[in-house]
Amino acid sequence: MDKYVCSMCGYIYDPKQGDMDNGIPPGTKFEDFPDDWKCPGCGASKEKFKKMRT
Amino acid sequence: MKPIEIAKDIYDVGVNDWNIRDFHGYSTYQGTSYNAFLIVDEKIALIDTVKKEFSDQLLENIAKIVDPKKIDYVISNHTEMDHSGSLPRVMHKIGEDKPLYCSKMGLKNLSRHFSQKWNYHGIANGEELSLGKRTLTFLETRMLHWPDNMFTYVKEDKILFSSDAFGQHYAGYEKFDDQIGDSIMPHAKKYFANILLLYSPLILKLLEKVTELGLEIDMICPDHGIIWRKDPGKIINAYAKWSSQAPEKKAVVVYDTMWHSTEAMAEAIAQGIVDEGVIARPIHIRSSHRSEIMTEVLDAAAVIVGSPTINNQLFPTVSDFLTYMKGLKPKNKIGAAFGSYGWSGESVKLINQELEAMKFDIIDPGVKIQYIPDQDGINACYELGKKIGKAIKG
Repeated sequence: MDKYVCSMCGYIYDPKQGDMDNGIPPGTKFEDFPDDWKCPGCGASKEKFKKMRT
Repeated sequence: MKPIEIAKDIYDVGVNDWNIRDFHGYSTYQGTSYNAFLIVDEKIALIDTVKKEFSDQLLENIAKIVDPKKIDYVISNHTEMDHSGSLPRVMHKIGEDKPLYCSKMGLKNLSRHFSQKWNYHGIANGEELSLGKRTLTFLETRMLHWPDNMFTYVKEDKILFSSDAFGQHYAGYEKFDDQIGDSIMPHAKKYFANILLLYSPLILKLLEKVTELGLEIDMICPDHGIIWRKDPGKIINAYAKWSSQAPEKKAVVVYDTMWHSTEAMAEAIAQGIVDEGVIARPIHIRSSHRSEIMTEVLDAAAVIVGSPTINNQLFPTVSDFLTYMKGLKPKNKIGAAFGSYGWSGESVKLINQELEAMKFDIIDPGVKIQYIPDQDGINACYELGKKIGKAIKG
């Protein structure tokens, strides 16, 4: 599964860790997030994220 | 202001902005300062600059110590323009090709502020830069309070250049905590409440990390206000306390009023709270600045909000306050609403919706009274105050 990085603040979403503060359990693909999910770092919307090169 | 040697060969070359009273919507009734620091070693480094209008003063201050052209490195701990605004003048003066160190987000953000193609060096977290006898260590502090923020630490002198963190909006000839004493703390508290409160969880993590790294700190140099040298632990402990958002036994009753009815309700509620032995502060929004109100909200256990209904809406200043408070994400608050109305009476419902969105514990549906509160109405407000006071006492 891919990691995604917020282009606004640099927060990295790692599917291994999830984002439990916002109800995203570990193992969730970024592509499967609800559309209203916001970056836990800065509040930017989902489309500000870019897939990280592995 | 003249440059001040804060440690051997390290100078504050910043400026005082004595007359600013509105700092992007934050009331600065004693002005502020933009601190910038010059380290004169085998290599010479400038840490941060000042607001654009003060760039001549900054360069004059530097020139009193060294020829600005001799600066080898510029460090930008933060992109916000009160610290980066003089970069164009400084870089032009010292040489456009001199290395400009910043975080990777700083590189992106500075490029969005300035069109010049400077010789940027986006640091890796923890990267070091030797100046000769001294070493600069760069520590990213992302989202404290912009994506680009970082600290610069000098391990040989145990000095932390902390950017906006630990700062205070205060202009004075005192430059150190031991010169000003405890009267600086309300300014530091106000700064935290209005700039950093929403990042409390990050601050707690950062403080843990600083302890973990065993970073020894003899002096903290923020970019605004006084420098902490006598007791840097004092401001660190204050940040730990404010970030924990453990409430005091105190309530704020924040309201606006058109014909004094909501005001009378506010005072009855405050009286009920006080009679339970809890501190209560009624605050009329149009008589206070929103940044002052937030400072009171910071350590309050309850925020009780009152608004008249005007044209089926909240009174506009109450919306202003609620929007501002919501963005700062205060935690662990009890909430309740009240207000006078003429015919439709939406205000209490609208306030409750906002307080719910902020995850306040709404312990009562609130009190709404048509036109002028009679004795029964005043009694209902007083009882609401008593209920809030009891809930705060727990």
